[in-house]
Amino acid sequence: MQRLTAIVMVPLAIWFAIAAIGLIGADRAAMIAWMHNPMAAMLMVLAIIAMFYHLALGLQVVIEDYIHGAGWKLGAIIVVRVWCFLLVLRGVLAVLKLALGA
Amino acid sequence: MMSDPRPLSPHLQIYRWQLTSVMSILHRITGIGLAVAAVLLVSWLGTAADGTEPFARMQGFLGSPLGLIVLFGCTVALFYHLCNGMRHLVWDTGHGLDLKSVYLGGWLVLAGTAALTILTWVVGLARWGM
Repeated sequence: MQRLTAIVMVPLAIWFAIAAIGLIGADRAAMIAWMHNPMAAMLMVLAIIAMFYHLALGLQVVIEDYIHGAGWKLGAIIVVRVWCFLLVLRGVLAVLKLALGA
Repeated sequence: MMSDPRPLSPHLQIYRWQLTSVMSILHRITGIGLAVAAVLLVSWLGTAADGTEPFARMQGFLGSPLGLIVLFGCTVALFYHLCNGMRHLVWDTGHGLDLKSVYLGGWLVLAGTAALTILTWVVGLARWGM
């Protein structure tokens, strides 16, 4: 999954960088207009999920390398995963609000 | 273990820095940096969803000197991790694992990172100036 999310994120990261450049100096109306495009909304949701999935796996490797007490290690991994889950929720809900309502 | 700290033989002070080892730890460092940047990204989307005021404050911060420095760091980290990540994916297929290729790939990644960062900022700053 780490490799799969990595591969998926190569084009997604490039897409996002280009989109972000286009949104320099944007106001809220511009963000809404951007997310009203169904392709943009879909890609943004995909990017959020893939990014946090990838980074949760990556941080787990880092934690396993540096934290050795079994309890602390497991605790840290759990905190990272819950944190990522919450951020995915926040991100996806924000995209939905911009895309569907606002 | 914490209860019995034994001395370690010195390593970082002894072994010569090489492109391979430096790029390896940079991949980890940029990965961690991007994990922090991910929070910023979600905040950016979140404040846009929240309302005109919160988003205007966020955009204001991103345009401030500190914000620009943060964004610059984000772009360097992103492009480095992206390019070096692709180098890792090539290694996963079993290709390019000889020393010459590893070094060549390494230099290509550094060049790619610099090129993408410069391109992004030249285009970005030009757009901002409009």
